[in-house]
Amino acid sequence: MRRWLLPLGLIALLLGAWQVAASTGAIADALSLEDFLVPSPAEIASSLWENRSLLAENAWVTLREILLGILCALVVGAGMAVLMHRWQVLRDATYPLIVASQTIPIVVISPILLVWFGYGIGPKIIVIALVCFFPITVNAIDGLRSVDPAAIKLMRTLDASRWQRFWRVEAPAALPSLFTGIKIAVVVAPIGAVFAEWVGSSSGLGHLIQSDTAYYQVDRQFAAVVVLSAMALVLIGLTALAERRVVTWR
Amino acid sequence: MKPESPGSHAVEAPPPKGQAPADAVVLRAVDHSYGELETLTAIDLQVPAHGVLGLVGPSGCGKSTLLELICGLQEPGAGTISVGNASSAEERLARCAFMPQRDLLLPWYSAIDNAALALRNQGMGRREARAAATGLFERFGLAGFEAARPDELSGGMRQRVAFLRTLIAGKPLLALDEPFAALDAITRAEMQEWLAAALRTDPRTVVLVTHDVEEALYLCDRVAVLSARPGRIVTELTAPHPRAPDRDAAVTDAEFVAAREEAMRALREGSR
Repeated sequence: MRRWLLPLGLIALLLGAWQVAASTGAIADALSLEDFLVPSPAEIASSLWENRSLLAENAWVTLREILLGILCALVVGAGMAVLMHRWQVLRDATYPLIVASQTIPIVVISPILLVWFGYGIGPKIIVIALVCFFPITVNAIDGLRSVDPAAIKLMRTLDASRWQRFWRVEAPAALPSLFTGIKIAVVVAPIGAVFAEWVGSSSGLGHLIQSDTAYYQVDRQFAAVVVLSAMALVLIGLTALAERRVVTWR
Repeated sequence: MKPESPGSHAVEAPPPKGQAPADAVVLRAVDHSYGELETLTAIDLQVPAHGVLGLVGPSGCGKSTLLELICGLQEPGAGTISVGNASSAEERLARCAFMPQRDLLLPWYSAIDNAALALRNQGMGRREARAAATGLFERFGLAGFEAARPDELSGGMRQRVAFLRTLIAGKPLLALDEPFAALDAITRAEMQEWLAAALRTDPRTVVLVTHDVEEALYLCDRVAVLSARPGRIVTELTAPHPRAPDRDAAVTDAEFVAAREEAMRALREGSR
């Protein structure tokens, strides 16, 4: 109960304060703005309802990009982690590169990808995969390295091949860490998606937010942000649920 | 006790053609070091088939390392180690089953799947492996706990599952590394009696590492006392009543007490 009541209470409090401040025009006055540029939560909610089909359409586009991006990052990241765990040389060679990949500003790489791959879903998936790759790979490697060396010795005396050692000891031991990586990826993926859509796209929540700027549709921009956050929350919830189903021993 | 019981420690007559029996362990002039750090020096040991050898010594004397050397998990710096007729690390590994200090049961497997791990590794299907382990679960008082997760078992039960996992591998040599060190005194005594009974019904060649002199003298035929690092063998003792059914009587008997005092003296001498 407490786990739900406390955050919900805080959200209600913040929304209430915002509602009062916005509807009395306090924020707009303080910023010397027109009232319609500072929508209240109630106005955002009604915009959310009025634009539901437009938001849903665009949310689906973004969701698809996010899911495909995370999937790519998961396949490549987990695969890399396994290879790097298996061959120390590979690990030493690629670790700096993987860290470097994370320091590339998305703002810089996105336009280049646009030039190379056009306005389709491709560059979006690449950008999302790029931001998700790091948390997934690093956590997977840490998970694989967390295995008790004594457990590996034990498996060797129990006639386990290297492959059996991997599937029966190392892979299950690394799963909790891998899930941690996925949870981080799920949260940063929408940021990557919005960036990629800003640079060049014809649909998606990021695209909607950007095009609304031109028309001062601040209420709809907030509505899109609400949808985006809700999407991230649902995704992280689903990941946690999957973790509980898979990692039954914790 | 029968005169030719497994407890007999007399050096066995060499089998025909000068071959050692298939499951005997022989160490000759074994040295080992980790880089500059000398851990073991001039180790000579011999375990006859179905004999139980205890290794006791102060903490850090290299007794666990010695066990890993025997198992083929490491190679000695000098000297030879053979298990059966095999002396390469790979062949020794194939002939030894190791029971680590902590039970190291895998939390993602049930008790029976943990016990049957070696069979699965050897290529047996899950159902067959479980069926093979079920009989042993009954024999060792674990019936009903086949599907239990490791964290649902008591400390003693976990050690029993860990021992079954070692036994089931079907290896000629069991290498036990302080198997009961983590248990409370009462459970430890119970587990010693349990292991003694298990070895009476199913004799195996065993090397047991322990820091508990009483445990070593009760469970083993011979006990080698190691010195502080670099570990060398201070003395080798013969246990008076190895694996006697009545443990309490055996460990309070005058002969046993004398042997324990002698072992303690050797330990103190080796620690200086």
